Amino acid sequence: MDQVYESYDIAVVGAGHAGCEAALACARLSFHTVLFTVSTDSIALMPCNPNIGGTSKGHLVREIDALGGEMGKNIDKTYIQSKMLNKSKGPAVHSLRAQADKQDYSREMRRVLENTENLVIKQAEVAEIITENNCITGVKTASGAIYPCRAAILCTGTYLKARCIYGEVSNYTGPNGLPAANHLTDSLIAHGIEMYRFKTGTPARIDKRSIDFSVMEEQFGDEKVVPFSFTTDPDSFTKPQVSCWLAYTNEETHDIIKKNIDRSPLYSGVIHGTGPRYCPSIEDKVMKFADKERHQIFIEPEGNYTNEMYIAGMSSSLPEDVQVAMYRSVKGMEHAQIVRNAYAIEYDCINPMQLKASLEFKKISGLFSGGQFNGSSGYEEAAAQGLIAGINAARKLQGKEPLILDRSEAYIGVLIDDLVTKETHEPYRMMTSRAEYRLILRQDNADLRLTKYGYEVGLISEERYQKLLKKQEQIAAEMIRAKEQTIGGTEQVQELLTALGSTPLKSGSTLAELITRPELTYDMLAPIDKNRPDLPSDVTEQVEIELKYEGYIRRQMSQVAQFKKMEHKRIPADIDYDAIPSIRIEARQKLKQVRPENVGQASRISGVSPADISVLLVYLGR
Amino acid sequence: MVDTIAAISTGLSNSGISIIRVSGPETFQVMDRIFRGKKSGKKISEQKTHTIHYGFITDGEEIVDEVLVSVMRAPHTYTAEDVAEINCHGGSLVTKKVLKTVLKQGVRLAEAGEFTKRAFLNGRIDLSKAEAVMEVIRAKSDLALKNSMAQLQGNVLKEISELREKMIHHTAFIEAALDDPEHISLDGFTNELKTSIIEIRERLFRLISSAENGRMLKEGIRTVILGRPNVGKSSLLNLFAGEERAIVTDIAGTTRDTIEELVTVRGIALSLIDTAGIRSTEDMVEKIGVEKAKKAAEEADLILYIADATAEITEEEKELLSLIVNKKAIILLNKIDLCDIPDPSALEKLTKQKVLCISAKKEEGLDALYDTIEAMFFRKELSYNEDLYITGERQKQSLQNAYDAMGKVLESIEADMPEDFYSIDLMQGYESLGEITGESVDEDLVNTIFREFCMGK
Repeated sequence: MDQVYESYDIAVVGAGHAGCEAALACARLSFHTVLFTVSTDSIALMPCNPNIGGTSKGHLVREIDALGGEMGKNIDKTYIQSKMLNKSKGPAVHSLRAQADKQDYSREMRRVLENTENLVIKQAEVAEIITENNCITGVKTASGAIYPCRAAILCTGTYLKARCIYGEVSNYTGPNGLPAANHLTDSLIAHGIEMYRFKTGTPARIDKRSIDFSVMEEQFGDEKVVPFSFTTDPDSFTKPQVSCWLAYTNEETHDIIKKNIDRSPLYSGVIHGTGPRYCPSIEDKVMKFADKERHQIFIEPEGNYTNEMYIAGMSSSLPEDVQVAMYRSVKGMEHAQIVRNAYAIEYDCINPMQLKASLEFKKISGLFSGGQFNGSSGYEEAAAQGLIAGINAARKLQGKEPLILDRSEAYIGVLIDDLVTKETHEPYRMMTSRAEYRLILRQDNADLRLTKYGYEVGLISEERYQKLLKKQEQIAAEMIRAKEQTIGGTEQVQELLTALGSTPLKSGSTLAELITRPELTYDMLAPIDKNRPDLPSDVTEQVEIELKYEGYIRRQMSQVAQFKKMEHKRIPADIDYDAIPSIRIEARQKLKQVRPENVGQASRISGVSPADISVLLVYLGR
Repeated sequence: MVDTIAAISTGLSNSGISIIRVSGPETFQVMDRIFRGKKSGKKISEQKTHTIHYGFITDGEEIVDEVLVSVMRAPHTYTAEDVAEINCHGGSLVTKKVLKTVLKQGVRLAEAGEFTKRAFLNGRIDLSKAEAVMEVIRAKSDLALKNSMAQLQGNVLKEISELREKMIHHTAFIEAALDDPEHISLDGFTNELKTSIIEIRERLFRLISSAENGRMLKEGIRTVILGRPNVGKSSLLNLFAGEERAIVTDIAGTTRDTIEELVTVRGIALSLIDTAGIRSTEDMVEKIGVEKAKKAAEEADLILYIADATAEITEEEKELLSLIVNKKAIILLNKIDLCDIPDPSALEKLTKQKVLCISAKKEEGLDALYDTIEAMFFRKELSYNEDLYITGERQKQSLQNAYDAMGKVLESIEADMPEDFYSIDLMQGYESLGEITGESVDEDLVNTIFREFCMGK
């Protein structure tokens, strides 16, 4: 029987990576917050890959940290290997990735949540949202308990009507055999929300003792580890790291898959959901790229607590017997003992175009959402949205404008803008190629870009903010000095340059000019830079990057200025697109569906042409 | 933040003068650099508003054209910005050369309808006219794109698509490797890319230069004016020539003994074929004979047949009309000003199609004629020849931008920049070429990455 219990300011549904960030943000901003989860043992669970970060995802984690989120700190506490990817490329695409001890990660996050004031955790399945006049007023659990609230954030991940599938086996559970949430979808549909069905998958876990690592390539972590969080002290941070292993599929593997492809639920039509192109199953890779003789696979530890190894690159939904044969065909895995089978999972999520850039539903005031529920994929994408949804739910109750990061400010901005503006037909994954201003959206300067917002919002302490301001000043001063510091062609200078493989000076130069030479760095020039002040390495790193790539960065900044012009042209919420006769029908339909918040967003909707935008500008200028 | 724009303006009356309008904050500085006054040595920027000045447009030492320049200072101008209008000798390559000289100064070629848009946004057009302004922008840009696409059918389109394909492929490869560095390696790719970029650049250069010297500008819709002597063929031709302020050039045909005059009607390019000089003689049939008229009619994409409203239909007329059976033709009844009630019925019966009544002399009925040509074009009854064909300055500028972007890729390679820098300019080039074909970028890159490269965990 229904019964009304205590009320909360904000209810967060789901305690995965999105839900944790959302709940922490709300509670830290002093709102009385309740966090629902189907199992308190699955808080911050990593049901798929055992790592945090990676290309462009690492950027997201740094940004979450710069805004005052938790993910960066949590992985710094629980990493067992760390690597900076793309180090041979430009600074814009350097990306951090750390292997996590999954249980440590989950436990540590739970500890943080449980020790946060204003935050209550409840193990219950939320079955309904309750609204009045299109405003959220509460949530109801499957057992009939009603918790009134002023805002709610849905972060249900892959749990809605979840189904795990391999071969002919079909289990109506969430990941890892956890209970699915089977009721909420109907309540959302009853509220007029459009649902999608997506799928994703995970590979098998194999007992480490059954793998012969001697025939595989060992993959080490970096010697000098860079932390994710700007608050973590890099010196107190190093610890012994575990290795991952590189192996390959072979012709035999591919033959086994091809022979049994009709038994794959992906190919037999049992799975209807749309899967991510970024994480194709091994059967997809073999079928689509038939000419590839082998595929790389990485064997990664799930943590220090277990022998289970994650077989990255071999997710599958093939039947059990095929899986056994397939994994055992890999060199070094001839005797592989599968602990958990690979499976595909299907789940309900929303069409994210129903959301504003604040991640609030357009239709239901006070209802926010984040994570895989919004059609994304990945822990980091989820956490980023959870944080923004949490911040904006809180700001709504504070009566403040939402925090909206634009595409020139953060990968988070790109992520959310893409989700709410462009049609997604698959789980959305962040990629560096999606960020058009990536030269300025670097992982190294996330604090300089975003910490001011975290401070304004109230998630960044005064002390941390003052440190940032000092860093900014030091960078600015050193930039000026580097441009003014002349360096003459003295014997010492010429000797050093020659020794460093650089051409000797023909006439005087400045320190800044020398830094722009590809073969030279700020640090290398220390012996001939007599007036160099003693500066922390995060400051000199910024100085070097800004100087070395100044031309490119300046060009991108001017593109950003153009971009901002359109972003600042707001479109009134009540605009009637039917009243603009000169907009083409296709564009009008799209505009009506998305209801963009500004002209810039309108211009990014597919099917809206530059001429439509001109027409819209004229209409707005009336 | 507003930039300075320019375009050939088609707003003024006839007489073979073209007007190039320049509008925006840099207008007068730009004019100072390219205008040399005949009398006073005063700079354009020092002139009073609403004055006209006689002199020369110069490109460095070279004199491009003798012109009149109107100076109009903000806010009392069409766009409410600083505006200069260059009156130059129309109907020839000169107009385009003057425009090019302006664009070389960093001025951007105006988009279709952009002057009107600016005028409106700057409050120069009555708010009640908003709807009309939107219509204008819509119509102009639709036409521009349609025209551009129609003219690009054939080799140029294929060439541009191929170059675009190369650019996105290279970008996708780089981006795939950046996103998945443990699976895809860029080792040795830089050299391969350099070779390819040099080739792409050469091909772009060929496109640009053939557009420049007009080789690519082969012809518009091949149009022949046909009719008995003294029906008004010359008058009609001259009217068209007056209409042709926008894009006009004289091209001496190299393969045939004919002169073609390229004129535009509502933005649609027509090559008026002056077989053995229609202009010099009224009496084409008499002079060159039915045989030659027949040949001209056969080669034409469009025939404008003119009959005399004051004369009866003769046998000679019927013979000529037989030439246009199965051809795209518009039948015109001229000299309606000379009869009380023009009667097209007999002619309509004979040709089994609608006849348009006009007076070439009084310039009546021309709108209906232009409407008909436009309608036929959009119904795809008329189309351009599938030859290399690059028209407007806009297309050329897009090619130039793509060329410059490839130059920047080479610079980055030479400067030993990491690979992620290359893709910025590669995508710029891809976008520029897309402007020509009217294709937006959208999700192309991500789609190409997934289609061509095996990614992922």
